[in-house]
Amino acid sequence: MAEVLIKDVPVVPRTPAELERIPLVRNRRSLGWVSDAIAGIVEGKTPAWWWMAFIPAFTLMIVCFSCITYLMTTGVGVWGLMIPVAWAWDITNFVFWIGIGHAGTLISAILFLLRQRWRTSINRAAEAMTIFAVICAGVFPLIHIGRIWLGWWLLPLPNANSIWPQFRSPLLWDVFAVSTYFTVSLLFWYMGLIPDLATMRDRARTRIRKILYGLGALGWTGSNRHWSNYEKAYLILAGLSTPLVLSVHSIVSFDFAVSQVPGWHTTIFPPYFVAGAIFSGFGMVLSLLVPLRTLCKLQDVITVRHVDLMCKVIMATGSMVGYAYGMEFFIAWYSGNPYELYAFKNRAFGPYAWAYWTMISCNVICPQLFWSKTLRTNMVFVFIISIFVNIGMWFERFVIIVTSLHRDYIPSNWAYYRPTWVDIWTFIGTFGLFLTLFLLFMRFLPMIAISEVKGVTPQADPHHPLGGAKLGGQH
Amino acid sequence: MAESYNKFGLLAEFETSADILHAAAVVRDSGYRHWDVFTPFPVHGMDEAMGMQSSKVGWFSFIGGVTGFTTGMLMIWWMNAFDYSIVVGGKPLFSPIYAFPVSYELTILLGSFGSLLGMLFLNRLPRLYNPLFKSTRFHLATHDRFFIAIEADDPKYSETETRRLLQSVGSKHIEEVID
Repeated sequence: MAEVLIKDVPVVPRTPAELERIPLVRNRRSLGWVSDAIAGIVEGKTPAWWWMAFIPAFTLMIVCFSCITYLMTTGVGVWGLMIPVAWAWDITNFVFWIGIGHAGTLISAILFLLRQRWRTSINRAAEAMTIFAVICAGVFPLIHIGRIWLGWWLLPLPNANSIWPQFRSPLLWDVFAVSTYFTVSLLFWYMGLIPDLATMRDRARTRIRKILYGLGALGWTGSNRHWSNYEKAYLILAGLSTPLVLSVHSIVSFDFAVSQVPGWHTTIFPPYFVAGAIFSGFGMVLSLLVPLRTLCKLQDVITVRHVDLMCKVIMATGSMVGYAYGMEFFIAWYSGNPYELYAFKNRAFGPYAWAYWTMISCNVICPQLFWSKTLRTNMVFVFIISIFVNIGMWFERFVIIVTSLHRDYIPSNWAYYRPTWVDIWTFIGTFGLFLTLFLLFMRFLPMIAISEVKGVTPQADPHHPLGGAKLGGQH
Repeated sequence: MAESYNKFGLLAEFETSADILHAAAVVRDSGYRHWDVFTPFPVHGMDEAMGMQSSKVGWFSFIGGVTGFTTGMLMIWWMNAFDYSIVVGGKPLFSPIYAFPVSYELTILLGSFGSLLGMLFLNRLPRLYNPLFKSTRFHLATHDRFFIAIEADDPKYSETETRRLLQSVGSKHIEEVID
């Protein structure tokens, strides 16, 4: 093969029309079009819809911070927590947001290792979403500890009595898992941004833009000697992020599974949590990208095929989650443990049955509709289902946490948990935080990986006629 | 020497990925050493066409990973079993099993820093000044054009011969870059 390359411009056989691949970028767009379309979103005037989304999001963010301030100055009594339900919306929200964060790394790392080239159109936005979701998640463990000013006890530092943190606890593993996940996602995201920041720098019309993007691009030139190291580093980061993404939600599930509480103490938790995380993450990616591809006129880059493929991932992981729900029930019965069986019967038919069946409808039934290609390619329908997936996955965590706790071993302890307005507005407020960060990201940074999308166009392939190869006869 | 002091070299522009791949192979076979190819995305097969060796980034990640794992194990042993040992639930003071999740995360954390910083170190980045940025057309290297730069300090460099070579492989636009 190398011989052909070196002697002359490669000659490629004509491909029969029926064997042509469906292009990842529609309408045979040129390389230059890709930078113009994506960088144009950042360089153009701020559209009216952006402000219409940003102002409510920013307001909600202020609501979130106000609720947190109220909590910090008054105490955790402002929440609905009590004994026996000592973990409720706080940890539900934490697991919910962390789960959403998993789609970004799945798309950027696992799909990269599996050579799924369609990921290039969505990985940047999904990685950004990951980082912002982990920021929202990180708020809750920090504020739920009650005395927030002692949050540093979670770090490997000796406290006032020179005692170190206790590493036998899964809660401490979680601190390391989540902070590593945040840092590595940030590194991966930034590394992917370097070539695109160089594109932004080279296109910049104002001096301030040139300086700021130039600083971020670190002097990137597109040198092939650099690309060679860059691609190797990207591959290694993908290889490191893959076990990371699987470990993070496994460790989050250890927070529950390592305890003795019936309904939590199950070995199925790590894989079940990971599948659920990917399921919810893809739900959020679709909730964001389906409207954005229209609003930003990116239908040629984020094509219907991309949406179709993401729906298939949702269907697959939704089925895994459904299987896990069934298997939990089976094991509760098969184990012969009366407490375990009671916990599960109580989940489905007890006072929180409404939450359980909401979860089943959203997570098990909704994604099964995606067996139909007509529905997978109907953008309005996909958007609605993606919202249901998000709702269902929030309820999954609520069901796991609250139904397992609200009836412990002594019936005199039993209680029914209700959130207060502070619980509710803190959670709704995190959506403001999330959307504020996401809207700022899409306004100032390229939302799609420009250099990667160029790399999957036919023009990028030196062995493709559009890449300049000579067209030969049929072989 | 005084004459070549300000000269950076010749910058040749190409329009397609097939052209640049072919041109790179020709420049490599002509025996140049101080030269590079600039593309908006990594062109498949370019490393062979330039006669480059495989990247050494992996070593930085490996060293980072080993450091992370060792740090995790030693830190937990030192904190929970040596410096201030507390028995919790009758469990052993140290066991590699309970120390594993944190050490595993630190392996990935420092391995990732190794990859990114190793990549930047091998590429000698950040480097905000580059004589090529003075070219009026070089900004297209991150847009849709492909460039070859042959540096003036290459032993085989000759103003006329090098220019002729770049013309012969199909460059439509060749300019001299001054540092």
